[in-house]
Amino acid sequence: MANPTNLKYTEEHEWLLVDGDNATVGITAYAAEKLGDVVYVELPKVGAAITAGTVVGEIESTKSVGELYAPVTGTVTEVNDAVVSSPELVNEDPFGAGWLIKVSFADVPALLDADAYTALTGE
Amino acid sequence: MSNAFVNRHIGTDSAAQAQMLKQLGYDSIEHLIEAAIPESIHVDQFRAAGSSLLPEPATERETIAELRELASKNTLRRSLIGQGYYDTITPAVIKRNVLENPSWYTAYTPYQPEISQGRLEAIINFQTMVTDLTGLSTANGSMLDESTSAVEAMLLARRSSKVDSNVFVVDTNTLAQTKSLIAGRVQAVGIEVVELDLAAGAELPNAFGVLIQYPGANGQIWDPSAVIEKAKAAGAITIVAADLLALTLITSPAELGADVAVGSSQRFGVPMGFGGPHAGYLAVRAGLERSMPGRLVGVSLDANGEPAYRLTLQAREQHIRRDKATSNICTAQVLLAVMAGMYAVYHGPEGLKEIATEVHERATALAAILRAGGVTVTHDNFFDTIHVSVPGKAAAITAAAKAGGFLLNQVDADSITISVDETTTPGEVEAVAGFFGADAAYQVVASAVPATLVRTSAYLEHPVFNTHRSETSMMRYLKRLADFDYALDRGMIPLGSCTMKLNAATEMEAVTWPEFGGLHPFAPKEDVGGYIELIAQLEKWLVDLTGYNTVSLQPNAGSQGELAGLMAIRGYHLANGDTQRTVCLIPSSAHGTNAASAVLAGMSVVVIACDEVGNVDLDDLRAKIAEHGDTLAALMITYPSTHGVYEHAVPDITAAVHAAGGQVYVDGANLNAMTGFARFGDFGGDVSHLNLHKTFCIPHGGGGPGVGPVAAKAHLAPYLPGHFAIQNPHHVLVEGDTVSTVTHDGAQISAAPYGSPSILPISWAYVRMMGEQGIRDATASAVLAANYISKRLAEYYPTLYTGENGLVAHECILDLRPLTDLTGVSVDDVAKRLVDFGFHAPTMSFPVAGTLMIEPTESEDLDEIERFINAMITIKAEADAVLAGEWPAEDNPLHNAPHTAASIAGEWNHPYSREKAAYPYADGLDAATRTMRVRSKYWPPVRRIDNAYGDRNLVCSCPPPEAFEN
Repeated sequence: MANPTNLKYTEEHEWLLVDGDNATVGITAYAAEKLGDVVYVELPKVGAAITAGTVVGEIESTKSVGELYAPVTGTVTEVNDAVVSSPELVNEDPFGAGWLIKVSFADVPALLDADAYTALTGE
Repeated sequence: MSNAFVNRHIGTDSAAQAQMLKQLGYDSIEHLIEAAIPESIHVDQFRAAGSSLLPEPATERETIAELRELASKNTLRRSLIGQGYYDTITPAVIKRNVLENPSWYTAYTPYQPEISQGRLEAIINFQTMVTDLTGLSTANGSMLDESTSAVEAMLLARRSSKVDSNVFVVDTNTLAQTKSLIAGRVQAVGIEVVELDLAAGAELPNAFGVLIQYPGANGQIWDPSAVIEKAKAAGAITIVAADLLALTLITSPAELGADVAVGSSQRFGVPMGFGGPHAGYLAVRAGLERSMPGRLVGVSLDANGEPAYRLTLQAREQHIRRDKATSNICTAQVLLAVMAGMYAVYHGPEGLKEIATEVHERATALAAILRAGGVTVTHDNFFDTIHVSVPGKAAAITAAAKAGGFLLNQVDADSITISVDETTTPGEVEAVAGFFGADAAYQVVASAVPATLVRTSAYLEHPVFNTHRSETSMMRYLKRLADFDYALDRGMIPLGSCTMKLNAATEMEAVTWPEFGGLHPFAPKEDVGGYIELIAQLEKWLVDLTGYNTVSLQPNAGSQGELAGLMAIRGYHLANGDTQRTVCLIPSSAHGTNAASAVLAGMSVVVIACDEVGNVDLDDLRAKIAEHGDTLAALMITYPSTHGVYEHAVPDITAAVHAAGGQVYVDGANLNAMTGFARFGDFGGDVSHLNLHKTFCIPHGGGGPGVGPVAAKAHLAPYLPGHFAIQNPHHVLVEGDTVSTVTHDGAQISAAPYGSPSILPISWAYVRMMGEQGIRDATASAVLAANYISKRLAEYYPTLYTGENGLVAHECILDLRPLTDLTGVSVDDVAKRLVDFGFHAPTMSFPVAGTLMIEPTESEDLDEIERFINAMITIKAEADAVLAGEWPAEDNPLHNAPHTAASIAGEWNHPYSREKAAYPYADGLDAATRTMRVRSKYWPPVRRIDNAYGDRNLVCSCPPPEAFEN
């Protein structure tokens, strides 16, 4: 699946849809495919303060566990309850309905664009 | 000697081996081994040939006679010791059809669910039995023993509790072996134990968890619900250690408010066996499932949308989560859990209640007789155990009872507990009362269960517990489930890293003899002379084969041996004042259990890189050793490596660690590649665990029991597992030609002093019948078979890693990734297609994702090896056909595998024939063989199982019959 050009990416295979001081965060199609069938998602609570680079959640598949790293330092403003009750959304629509959390942040972090991320994954 | 056991154990004869060697380009098996195993580690470099302490091999008949002789040195008295171990009646139909049936005991852990539906159903019966009796929502597929289960529950409580405290409260009336095990384990993980008399109203401190034995170790039944409520209100996780038989009569832990229940299912038809093996249990309330340790069977759907069982929530486990796993334990006690579950199936809820009622009747009658005789019975409320106060006379009474054939539990100089069981007769009750000077006649008296704790809730209402009352029905149910499964009695189980070799009938013979099965783990030393002799001999032989100085047989699983070994290293560093030595180096290729065990031994894990050929990266190792300096505690390596290769640099690796003050742990998982030829102790190992259920022939039991002895150099002996109740603290110490003894005083690691001794006669018999040369022949044959398969399949599937001279050790990793990239055919597809050919799949995606690891062992004959090779070649041709576009990627024999009989019989609209689906044998097969294969075909009971569905929709107890309606 092509990596959408309107998104920013991290080396931890997460994507961000940045809108001013807010961003929607999910994992990339590449990450979802590597994880396999996602069966359980553990997300931080709304209002939680998060620090860039730290683990704030888990994405569990039938065969492995992926960690959700905070891509920015800021506050969790919303979590995707739909993906908690239907974890398969992460596989079915990683860049859309499978989003995980929304965050607000102060400093814009250094992120990859779609081309740089595509080069990173070699696909 | 034509009837030598070695020729029965090894599958390939000399003609077959000559043919295999020719293929490999070697003129003798000796030359092959010389080329494969580095000379620098060969045992002959370290000691004179012929100095082995192993006896010359005995025949099968001679071995049985020697075992009979050892058995006769054990004395069977009626044990009324209790304390978690009770005599029980194993229904003969279960003994013959499960315990003595290779269809059950030679199966592997059910990782391939399509060929494991029988034991998965049996385990889910066990889980349902435990959840019903405890009232909790989810039980796992068994734990190693009750005390280990209590430790696991404590760790679960710490993970799950939100309380900011490192305090764990243990009620004082808890089994001594559980208290001792907990005490030995907590220091390494930073937990503080506080022991309180909760029944007496002790105030709870701020704690993350509370453990209460119910009924108590002294037999008393009291209502802990107020304590539980208070503890939970303060945020603690509450754990009740409960007796399953008592729970048929008294209020369940869930109804008392408990979050977790633990215990043993031993008295459900599993002999005491001098301590084990038996199945412990662990159950949790809703919401704690993901924090559970251990294997868990759940319900999912197969490709037809029909219910099917498989292991669920595996992402909790150590092979995935490594140092973040919920537990280090891989093995369960499946065979024993199957027996306990079947005991409940056979007796049903009414039968169990009747047994419990009768046991309780014996206890109340005994209490009444004693009281009538003027003896003080301490408690009014009890189930099967009464606490008797006999000031100053406890020793004399216990001795008199022993002389009269009964074993009582002397608590101290002034008191005794007596536990009755389902075998106790009214006559025995009278006889026991007689030792106290009470002589009233047996009569039925009122219940001693408090009215407020009489169980009112139902249990075991599922049809499976209410159907098989006749022996005919039970026999057929057990046969039906056995027929669902693929075990060693059907064909090869080429699971890499698992060593699925022969479990010979002669080796199994003594397991069910009462002289080995009927002993209580705390029986007096003079009653267990046969066991002590057998254990001392086995200790000596294992030490001899590993190059260490001493060994503890106490760990009842490989993971626990590993933990015991790391705890020994920890104890050693602490004793030297090196408290800062806590870093454990582990290669990236290691099994996840290594990391999980290191964490439980209070160490932090630092990963060492592997080079491109799969060996430990020496530069990275040296850099990490330098970086961690005097905080280095240990290196854990597996030898031969998990990549199935003999690393030549191993002496350099161990020397570098020693030079930096670290200890070397060598994981013995792959010992079958070197036994007889090389020894861990010779090339720098300080401590290792062995898996008697791999190299030394204890059957896998469908996922346990295992035995994981920990062997060590003399300097670690004081820190090996000790036990307060051990009958013989003098363990064998071998130094050069000198055999003496040494005591082990480290932390207890299993509930019982010798772990699971009743299966030790299996390994004893194996070594006794093989001798040094036989064991060498076995190793060489195993290495030959692995190399033969690797070579024969090379042009179809490349072997990922090889050592010097292009040779592998006892297993080979076939790299399927090129095939998958090219054709889309996955490791799963190949594994499931092998089922259609009548094979158990090899190990999938370990240690490298996208590969298959194959270990044929020495026990398979060349015909079976060729059958496997031909199946793999045919599968490659099928994948090529997919690539060529002959079949679509989503509809071909690989993608649709395995094929059930029902799927063949139904409507057929696939682009390949039914015959191709079900009988995919190579065209060149001769007619007679083909006919035999077709007639004896193994049919999997279900189609491919959807793992994700079951993980997303968690159901871990027997599904209602309606679930099977279409």
